[in-house]
Amino acid sequence: MGAPPVPDYEPVIGLEIHVQLDTRTKMFCGCELSFGDPPNIHTCPTCLGLPGALPVLNARAIHFGIMIGLALGCDIAERSLFHRKNYFYPDNPKAYQISQYDVPLCRGGRLGDVRIHRVHLEEDAAKLNHLGASGRIHGSDRSWVDFNRCGTPLVEIVSEPDIHSAEQARDWLILLRTTLRQLGVSDVDMSQGSLRCDANVSIRPAGSTELGTKTELKNMNSFAYVAKGIEAEIERQKRLLDLGEPVVQETLHFDPVTGSLTPLRSKEEAHDYRYFPEPDLVPLLASADMVAAARADLPTELPAERAARFEQELGLHADTARLFAFRAELGDYFERALAAAGANGGAGLEPVELSNWIAPLIERIGSDADPAESNVSPESLATLATMVKTKEVSRDAAREVLTHLVAEGGDPRRIVEREGLGAISAEDDGLGEIVDRAIAADPAAAEQVRAGNMKAIGPLVGFVMRETKGRADGGEITRLIRQRLQ
Amino acid sequence: MNELIALSAAEAAERVRAGEIDPGELFDAYRQRAAADDLNAFTWVADEAPRDHDYAHTPLGGVPVAVKDLFCTEGVPSQSGSKILEGYRPPYSATVVRNLAEAGAPLLGKTNQDEFAMGSSNENSAFGPVLNPWDRRRVPGGSSGGSAAAVAAGLAPWAIGTDTGGSIRQPAALCGVVGLKPTYGACSRYGMIAFASSLDQAGPFTRNVTDAALLFRHMVGQDRRDSTSLEFPEPIELPRGEDLKGVRLGIPEELVGADAGVDPGVRASFDETLRLAEELGATLEPCQLPHASHALSAYYLIAPAEASANLARFDGVRYGLREDGASDLTTMYSRTREVGFGPEVQRRIMLGTYALSSGYYDAYYGKAQKVRTKIAEDFRGAFERFDFVITPTSPWTAFELGSKTHDPLAMYLNDFCTVPMSLAGIPAISIPSGLSEGLPVGFQLAGPAFSEPRLLAAAYALEQAIGFDGSPARA
Repeated sequence: MGAPPVPDYEPVIGLEIHVQLDTRTKMFCGCELSFGDPPNIHTCPTCLGLPGALPVLNARAIHFGIMIGLALGCDIAERSLFHRKNYFYPDNPKAYQISQYDVPLCRGGRLGDVRIHRVHLEEDAAKLNHLGASGRIHGSDRSWVDFNRCGTPLVEIVSEPDIHSAEQARDWLILLRTTLRQLGVSDVDMSQGSLRCDANVSIRPAGSTELGTKTELKNMNSFAYVAKGIEAEIERQKRLLDLGEPVVQETLHFDPVTGSLTPLRSKEEAHDYRYFPEPDLVPLLASADMVAAARADLPTELPAERAARFEQELGLHADTARLFAFRAELGDYFERALAAAGANGGAGLEPVELSNWIAPLIERIGSDADPAESNVSPESLATLATMVKTKEVSRDAAREVLTHLVAEGGDPRRIVEREGLGAISAEDDGLGEIVDRAIAADPAAAEQVRAGNMKAIGPLVGFVMRETKGRADGGEITRLIRQRLQ
Repeated sequence: MNELIALSAAEAAERVRAGEIDPGELFDAYRQRAAADDLNAFTWVADEAPRDHDYAHTPLGGVPVAVKDLFCTEGVPSQSGSKILEGYRPPYSATVVRNLAEAGAPLLGKTNQDEFAMGSSNENSAFGPVLNPWDRRRVPGGSSGGSAAAVAAGLAPWAIGTDTGGSIRQPAALCGVVGLKPTYGACSRYGMIAFASSLDQAGPFTRNVTDAALLFRHMVGQDRRDSTSLEFPEPIELPRGEDLKGVRLGIPEELVGADAGVDPGVRASFDETLRLAEELGATLEPCQLPHASHALSAYYLIAPAEASANLARFDGVRYGLREDGASDLTTMYSRTREVGFGPEVQRRIMLGTYALSSGYYDAYYGKAQKVRTKIAEDFRGAFERFDFVITPTSPWTAFELGSKTHDPLAMYLNDFCTVPMSLAGIPAISIPSGLSEGLPVGFQLAGPAFSEPRLLAAAYALEQAIGFDGSPARA
């Protein structure tokens, strides 16, 4: 008997995302939110958990919570509850976190191809700074607590386990970030911690419907680390299963420096949270008026809808449509260029043809840059794309024009003129003569083409391209060569 | 006795307002008495009243108020009777304390109490027991024992305390003063060091019902810092009515019946009060509160459960006691809590933690909440037929120090008649109904939510008829 076949695995991934809400004040008191201020200046008896102090719900945080629920297509609960989640840790001065438990503000919903399980409101903990080599509480020389962050409003968004690869997780998280940013409810900055993502990861044999044992990954504080951490965990679990060893349910800490995953100490993990309804708060009643007010504050088109429109109405490739929608600045730039092309008559420029010029632009300005802040105006990009369409300039020459535009801005037509990059054709610019020279310079290639080996046409086209410095249209060159060698 | 001290608080306030008494002299008279306290009723006494007030133009006329230790008072020790908060001076004052100060009742002192309001005898205080001014070998009741004793002994014109399962009414009964537990939400809880948040409620201790109405009037009000507080739906008038015509009183068999264990002397005083009520025109009938006999069991799950969360924050890091010298953080935490919390508090933290634990929640906390709902329904049903439900406040009079400390369950029975109203969130008042073997007996009336004005009026009518003389204790 041969070795048993190595099974194919399907990863099953769900995400839990914490988002700091961009309200003026904290979740349960009037202290201002801040970032980077001196420690412990935005505090009061309530957020310090002093004896006798009580929480009061922040109306703005509720409004934002309902907006998020609506944007994600959730059902908004008319009545939801806050619970005390008991855990004892130095970042948590009351020794319980006020959170929502079995009756959350929002349930159900969907974003893109991933279903939403629930969305609920809670409060952030204080920030611990551990001095010492480990950077973690165990083995630290000293730990400082900064209560400025304590009580910052948070929403927790929990997805269903509908994600099946690390890339899908990262892309979906980017979609979520764009959606939240567009709602204006949060900074959604992973490096600053205003967007935090934990992942529940398991794998199962492809085709199985049973879920495998999951692990929870924490501390992946960038989109790249989310992909990297999940990928590493999928590989780790595959190795275990291939060796016939079980996956242990545990919480793993992602180390961005080494890319490794280490289990959190059981002391940090073993919790019985002893949830019970928070007696200091009354039930949260989301009235029809509150929901209507939240709905009125939603943007007219959310990223998922925009991606669908780009793909279905404008005919962009699915990946491009998502890229433009999820990175709203690209979508905005593209739409401005599209409008400009339309205003110029457009010469029948298809949106997809225009969209193909965004990638070369990004390549030249840097992948994270906003093209609206580059030297290339949407109008000039539209002009350039139109010039290619009408064969006023070849594709290669247009790329050179784009390089000039990125460097110095200006009008593409004038750059073409100044640099002599206008398209040349057989009729008026002696292209036929250059083709003749190409054939004469490489009779062997010409002979092969004549014999029907079209692969041999490359060196001939290359010769013409060099001679014309890329100004000639590739299709036209090919046509002329074949005409002569038939 | 000093002539000023003999005045009721309402009389004193009127005299100050009329310009007949100097509020500073009034304050000093009480300050001296409080400072000379030999009942251990006070844990801190003010040096002087704030001078920036024109007390003659305030409704409470500068009549000083004694405040239970667990109310946070800015810059003044607020220790909730616990060693773990030894020396803690909060940076802010409780809303009720501020309300009273603004109405012209300056802080006289902080009064002793059972630790974190857990107890019925004041023997659980880290600062020693309070003595009952009627008999110093006996307890004043608890947990607001210091406030009750201070008012009974004339060390304070009036006081405030808190009631979670009887902590105002029972000590009021045992000390022969008036104690009102208001409707849950009538007074802000902001700044009250929490015991059981869904039950805790502030209320007045006074020599008579009129003083109770006056003090209560200035305690109530919705507080934007307490989401569970409500605006009191009507003005609180000083009671005047002297009869009980048409008032229907229900006597719950479950609390007052032959099996309820009411002491014979207490029963005699209760029966005598019933006779007076009938004379005043009230009708009396037995009523049923079918779930009331389960109230104590439910209470001793719900209250400790909430307390276990409320008290988890005391860890020695940010305020209060810290047991230094530990080699690591966890040891410091446990040493601080071991030394800082008394045995009854430790017992309730453990009970409550257990009741909320995974796998036990439904059987204990969940079940207790269902019982609580049933008890509230029982009262709603009763109030369809009756204006008030009446019981003895406590099944017995003040007992001897140390006589129940060895038996927590016997101690818990002190609140047998008071806990059901706490679980239902409804108001109840205890007034002195007479003496049994020289010790005061309390009579309790309970009404529907926000019925305090009617409750105070009925209590006032009974008070006039009873004619209780509390002065021996103040001699």
